[in-house]
Amino acid sequence: MKVEVGVNGVAYERDVEPRTLLVYFLRKLGLTGTNVGCDTTSCGACTVLLDGESVKSCTVLAVQVDGRSITTIEGLADGEELHPMQRAFREHHGLQCGYCTPGMVMAAVSLVAENPDLDEHQVREGLEGNLCRCTGYHNIVAAVLDAAQSSREGAW
Amino acid sequence: MIPVAFDYVRAESLDEAIAALSEHGDEAKLLAGGHSLLPLMKLRLGTPSVLVDIGRLSELSFVRDEDTYIAIGALTRHHDVQHDTIVLREAPLLAAVAGRIGDPQVRHRGTIGGSLAHADPASDLPGAVLALDGTLVARGPAGDREIPASEFFKGFLETTLAPSEVLVEIRVPKGTTGHSYQKFVRRSQDWAIVGVAVARVNGHVGVSLVNVASTPVRATAVEQALASGASAADAAEQAAEGLEPTGDANATPEFRRHLARVLTRRGLVEAGL
Amino acid sequence: MSILGNRVLRKEDQKFLTTGGTYVEDVPLEGAVHIVYVRSPMAHARIRSIETSEALESPGVVAVFTAQDIDLDPMPPGAPFANRAMTRPWLADGVVRFVGDMVAAVVADTRERAVDGAELVFVDYETLTPVVDASTAADNPTLVHEDAGTNVVLRLPDDFVSAGIEQVAAEVDLFEGCDVVIRQRMVNQRVAPCPLEVRASAAKWEDGHLTQWSTTQAPHSVKDTLVQLFELQPDQVRVIAPDVGGGFGAKIGGYPEELFVAWVSRRIDRPARWVETRSESMMTLGHGRGQIQEAELGGTRDGKLLGYKLTITQDAGAYPNFGAFLPVMTRLMLTGVYDITKTEFSSCSVATNTNPTVAYRGAGRPEATAAIERMVDIFADEIGMDPAELRRKNLIGKECFPFTTAVGTTYDIGDYEQALDRVLEAAGYAELREEQRQRRDSGDTKQMGIGLSTYVEVTNGIPGSEFGAVEVLADGKARVRTGTSPHGQGHVTAWAMLVADQLGIPVEDVEVIHGDTDEVPRGVGTFGSKSLQSGGVAVHQAAERVVEKAKKLVADLLEANPNDIELDKENRRFHVAGTPSVTKSWAELVEASGDAGLSAEVDFAAPGPTFPFGAHIVVAEVDTETGHVSLERIIAVDDAGRLMNPLIAEGQVHGGLAQGVAQALMEEMCYDDQGNPITANLADYAFVSAAELPSFETHPMETPTPINPLGAKGIGESGTIGSTPAVQNAVVDALSHLGVRHVDMPTTPIRVWSAIKEAKGDR
Repeated sequence: MKVEVGVNGVAYERDVEPRTLLVYFLRKLGLTGTNVGCDTTSCGACTVLLDGESVKSCTVLAVQVDGRSITTIEGLADGEELHPMQRAFREHHGLQCGYCTPGMVMAAVSLVAENPDLDEHQVREGLEGNLCRCTGYHNIVAAVLDAAQSSREGAW
Repeated sequence: MIPVAFDYVRAESLDEAIAALSEHGDEAKLLAGGHSLLPLMKLRLGTPSVLVDIGRLSELSFVRDEDTYIAIGALTRHHDVQHDTIVLREAPLLAAVAGRIGDPQVRHRGTIGGSLAHADPASDLPGAVLALDGTLVARGPAGDREIPASEFFKGFLETTLAPSEVLVEIRVPKGTTGHSYQKFVRRSQDWAIVGVAVARVNGHVGVSLVNVASTPVRATAVEQALASGASAADAAEQAAEGLEPTGDANATPEFRRHLARVLTRRGLVEAGL
Repeated sequence: MSILGNRVLRKEDQKFLTTGGTYVEDVPLEGAVHIVYVRSPMAHARIRSIETSEALESPGVVAVFTAQDIDLDPMPPGAPFANRAMTRPWLADGVVRFVGDMVAAVVADTRERAVDGAELVFVDYETLTPVVDASTAADNPTLVHEDAGTNVVLRLPDDFVSAGIEQVAAEVDLFEGCDVVIRQRMVNQRVAPCPLEVRASAAKWEDGHLTQWSTTQAPHSVKDTLVQLFELQPDQVRVIAPDVGGGFGAKIGGYPEELFVAWVSRRIDRPARWVETRSESMMTLGHGRGQIQEAELGGTRDGKLLGYKLTITQDAGAYPNFGAFLPVMTRLMLTGVYDITKTEFSSCSVATNTNPTVAYRGAGRPEATAAIERMVDIFADEIGMDPAELRRKNLIGKECFPFTTAVGTTYDIGDYEQALDRVLEAAGYAELREEQRQRRDSGDTKQMGIGLSTYVEVTNGIPGSEFGAVEVLADGKARVRTGTSPHGQGHVTAWAMLVADQLGIPVEDVEVIHGDTDEVPRGVGTFGSKSLQSGGVAVHQAAERVVEKAKKLVADLLEANPNDIELDKENRRFHVAGTPSVTKSWAELVEASGDAGLSAEVDFAAPGPTFPFGAHIVVAEVDTETGHVSLERIIAVDDAGRLMNPLIAEGQVHGGLAQGVAQALMEEMCYDDQGNPITANLADYAFVSAAELPSFETHPMETPTPINPLGAKGIGESGTIGSTPAVQNAVVDALSHLGVRHVDMPTTPIRVWSAIKEAKGDR
């Protein structure tokens, strides 16, 4: 079945099987930044923005997003200029193996966009759906708090 | 991770959805946010041959203040229930419960109707709607039907909805003066090991229990004890009355009964009793 | 000023943050088929028949293979000393031995069609009784491997004595002079390593040459195995570990699932790829830990520990792998930081009808630390002494190093008392105890527990060398080739820093190549917290040699004595001492060096392992009504010697802490009594999330080791090793006034609640 999806500002028209999960649809476009880390909607590695809100692209069918717009990690930076969340992850060493990172960053972007006035507890609860095995979350939380601060200061 | 292949029907209207359900019968499943159904299909635990997508029926996404009750469209997402000002004011239990479902990404997709119609005894919203004495409105080929929440949940993943009926609206009474949702979990994103929803509405106290039976259940013994003047602590002792929960890796039946009592007491106290 | 010791941001982050890394699943591979393995749903069964015809007719299916198709020797056994009759076949040959055992391989043109095809392979099983409980496996009449004649894989010390590796230990009266001897059975439960990237493998043959992509921590070892299996010359095999999404020990070896991809690819003459699902990974990626420990600890009433005995049953799973060998590592660190002069150790590793166990972050040492640290706490409770005080009385003094323990392990250097002092101070220990006393007095349902652990562990414990090469390029930039294989540890940055430190070439101009056997001639890989102190030192020394070579060259060019040549690192130019105006740049020297180039290779073999140490305190709040534990504070003092990049080192500690905490509190890979895994996905397995953890309070200590020129020890596993017993001790400590003496891990609500109930005598 034919779908038309905007991804990172580019319109893609593709013929897909109805069972195609959004994450595989994106990966087949060559956008392999979005990873699959589980099969139970638990880990959040596949998190992308659907019309600006975080969703787990492993639990969305491509046909469900026909006509809508997706942002993946590849579409976050403004050219060479990193998004403040990307920058904060780097500055706080919020990533190690990098596998959870795209999903974690996208989830964090959505979290801060909804409410930049976050405390540590809210950040931790807000990232409950994104698992990381390397960092112990400490630096991720620090990065998100820092990026939220920059958002409050109008830097986003 | 790969669902079995299926046919996909995108409903452009509610009538179309009902017609498609009528045509395909048991073979078909409704797809709303997909956050109950797709996880099962990915593990091939669910293998419908037709999916009827009602996700675009925006007329089913609303919250309305209707004088004595509030009406919530079945396609209203958990995220919207959690943050809606009418829900927060008139049925704060629902907002609190919606905010405890899964994680933010799940709440951005999952819908109140999908969660109720899926009827997982471990999921949060069914217990809340039960404690609130809510009413569910279903539409089928013959028109609308109102189903009291107490008659909606029939068994494990089973409701009294007919195969060709679509859950369209959830109604809960206004007038909450106290509420609590006690969700006992190991990890924030997990299903409740045991959950207790308490709602004080118009002088009545509703208490329901999550994940202690094949459906969410009302703690009627607790409600009766409270009605006859028992203290919260004494009433809560009745919470496990008649329960025969199952055991799993997280809890024995005995531990579940114990948790039901402790959480009920805490819930009643938090609700101001 | 040296760049070493600075918090340099990572070079590798840019791609992960903008396009994502390139993992095996992301590697473009034109025309590749996809493999799905049909796995056993039974823990132990005989295969009566396998029906593949329907699968073969399924759209897109190219081939279906079963054991009878395979013309390849089995993989070499994963465990030293393992009984050969326990060797794992590629695909189950007549008998399946755990849920997840591979029965058939379905090959199709797309992943979707391979999954569909796999559902159409029908296997008829005759159920056999499974061996699930490791504690009784040695005497179980049912055998996991009929031909082996036993379920026992390895007994210590007996098997080492009969192999002539060690002598029979002299009889000692272990508890002579002891006023108190305590005993406790402890389960160090089986856990799932859960790297966020599951396993994947891809293979391509061209003119008899094999290229294999693998999610591995040790690409050269995968290459060696492939060379041996396919009877090839070393130059016919190239193994690439592209970006690898975590390993934690579980991705050290080559798994049959991965290596078999090369066989399939050759057989059907097409590139092939296999990517597992998470559920598949939870069942079949090697598990960690899995020990049942019986411990006895004796000492005097005034707190001198004298004798310690540990008896272990190690669950090796269905096909013994490194897991069977873990007790060897546990024994090495038996008495931890304490001067206990009399010890006794024995272990029995057994096969069971469960997934094989392997190395997992710490691999045998966390088990040693968990046992002794729990026992010390129980002993303290028994004699009514503060656990910090009991520890202090028995620590090996800092003047005693190098120190050889009762089991014969020689620790390089340590200052355990300082670590203890620092963690007590950072935690505000006295105030915490006072707060705890008040809570106890108040009878609050939420009680506070303070858990300590003082630990030492061994890193770079496996003898051997690691490869490092440094080359200066024509444009004055540098290139490093390393035999380590980072998968999150930041070697690209750290190795560049080591080169920048010597050559003055800035970090951004140092390229680091790893994980490709065509690009790096030799290598061991990354595991056991070995990389910096082996591969890092090799790079450091190679850089030193490059500077020496350069100085000779400059001396020739400027007609001076090489000893008078100085490198101005800031300006990246050489000059003769006293005449800084005449200089030579790196680019000029590379040009002058001609065909010889300016490079050096080093294979560095450390003279021995190093022994990082530290002290952790965990403050927990336990809800005595529900058994729920929440962590309030985690304070960690860790000493890994000299730190090259404290930012990265801290990151390693953070990750280690989370995993250690998770084992103590939440995670367990469970099987039911029929051998069915019941926590085999990330919804059921309690992989810890941000919401269950507090921020960590980390305090580095730097006691340089004399073992290597960098003074560096490993830091990858310390956090895990120290934190697990600290959490467990905190939970028990919160309940000790209620009469609770021990709670097994994970300290889940049901376990905590049951322990309280039992202590109250309300059974």
